Amino acid sequence: MVDGIRAYGLIVAMWIRSTMAYRASFLMTTAGNFLGSGLDFVAILLMFSHIESLGGFTLAEVALLYGATSTSLGLADLFLGSMDRIGQRVRDGTFDVLMVRPAPVFAQVAADRFALRRLGRISQGAVVLVLGLAGADVVWTPLNVLLIPVMLVSGAVIFGSVFVVGAAFQFWATEAAEVQNSFTYGGNTLLQYPPTVFAKDLVRGVTFVVPLAFVNWLPALRLLGREDPLHLPGWVGLCGPLVAAAMAALAGLAWRTGIRSYRSTGS
Amino acid sequence: MWLGSGLLLPAPALSGHGTGAGQSALREATPRQSDGKGEHEMRLYAAVAVNGFRRYATYRVATAAGVFTNTVFGFIIAYTFIALWSERPHLGGYDQAQALTFVWVSQALLAACALLGGGFQEELQERIRSGDIAVDLYRPVDLQSWWLASELGRAAFQLLGRGVVPLAVGALAFDLALPADPLTWLAFLLAVFLGIVVGFGVRYLVALCSFWLLDGAGVTLIAGLATTFFSGVLLPLNAFPGGFGEFVRTLPWAAMLQVPVDVLLGRAAGTGLLTALAFQAGWAVALLAAGRALQALATSKAVVQGG
Repeated sequence: MVDGIRAYGLIVAMWIRSTMAYRASFLMTTAGNFLGSGLDFVAILLMFSHIESLGGFTLAEVALLYGATSTSLGLADLFLGSMDRIGQRVRDGTFDVLMVRPAPVFAQVAADRFALRRLGRISQGAVVLVLGLAGADVVWTPLNVLLIPVMLVSGAVIFGSVFVVGAAFQFWATEAAEVQNSFTYGGNTLLQYPPTVFAKDLVRGVTFVVPLAFVNWLPALRLLGREDPLHLPGWVGLCGPLVAAAMAALAGLAWRTGIRSYRSTGS
Repeated sequence: MWLGSGLLLPAPALSGHGTGAGQSALREATPRQSDGKGEHEMRLYAAVAVNGFRRYATYRVATAAGVFTNTVFGFIIAYTFIALWSERPHLGGYDQAQALTFVWVSQALLAACALLGGGFQEELQERIRSGDIAVDLYRPVDLQSWWLASELGRAAFQLLGRGVVPLAVGALAFDLALPADPLTWLAFLLAVFLGIVVGFGVRYLVALCSFWLLDGAGVTLIAGLATTFFSGVLLPLNAFPGGFGEFVRTLPWAAMLQVPVDVLLGRAAGTGLLTALAFQAGWAVALLAAGRALQALATSKAVVQGG
């Protein structure tokens, strides 16, 4: 574990140094990352130029949802976002190189091509989140204040677990990198909008099957003092950390199984 | 967001041997006896296009993964559009069924029209950066036509491979406003073809910038953002407010998605259809001509990277 974190830190530092060699390029791509993830929000703003509320939620409330999920996804993307390159490595045989190095494979894969430009998405999400928190009718209790950082971190862990499961899946289906986009970026798009917009079955699916609802929907509904469409008890909104821990354990299991079943292409 | 920076790429990494395939196309297409230059060229570009098609058809799992992702996004966006259109019926002149049709057709065209990246651009940029382009320029073929043919082959595969299933699922799950008249579908296919050529024209210009910039990442990024926003992938262009909306609908990006969908929805019928197709064809010709001019400038002025 300590070894892994140390290796991760060293590889990340190396990639940051190499990024900083082209400082102008770094600034441009970070700005692009900021703008690129911001385009979604521009689309939401354009929608709200025609309407007052969407699914019963005001612009500020949607901004809260949007900011929370974008920041969480941004964090997961920053720390683990390059894991989807694993299929590529399995195909071209460079995964073997990682296996023979004296450092944990997971740390190497997670830190591979660490992209500091992804701070762009995180900062964009954070800005929208602050605007949303300021504009919406948040119930400010001490517990709810604490809930905000807890929501962001457990959201990041949930998204990160999906990244890891997706990466493990690529040991069997090396070309299927795109499937996990459905759950990460697709999930992010889903969570940007109020749960009231979607069909009940879809909401049930992302609550009980792939528990993305714990990233922002359930905690945010608690912050806003709103009932959720499935009428779950209020304390469910506080369960994010537990769900995140369970997801992380599951992801760890998937990763182990994946790496055990790995057979080199031999070429 | 759901597009990120090139997240839905049709696994470009899978396709590292593009020009290899292209070269074999050249060999296959070499005529056994001389039967006229024009015919020879047509056969050559047809072979290049067929190879573009085959190259993408090879990756079946990647295609299935793409279909899955497009379908998931289709469902998510469809529900947000239902909410928007029930709040504001007839927004942008669409009723709800038409808005939903827009969602599913745009998911079906996403890969074919390379609206979120993909296609030939990165490959051409890499050849310019590495200097391999010098070899391409020596070949007795026209560079632009070569890449256009290959791109059309890719688009044809992705239209079939990644377009049909999401649209069918969307039509089963939601009430869509799909036309019954086969002529409308033909006009739609023509509009899609023109849209793909316009998209090619824009990306060819972007790729050629590498002659001067070497690292094309910056322009690629900006061009990608522009395509995402101005093509209507995020929100149909007719739902853009006021004068800004009118302006956006005259840009080349409108020809890539908005016009084909409007043709399919029958919103551009009769002379309107001709105007719509002429709008696309006009941009296509202008962009291809600009591409040629820029290419002439690049090959006469710029120094090819050695190594």
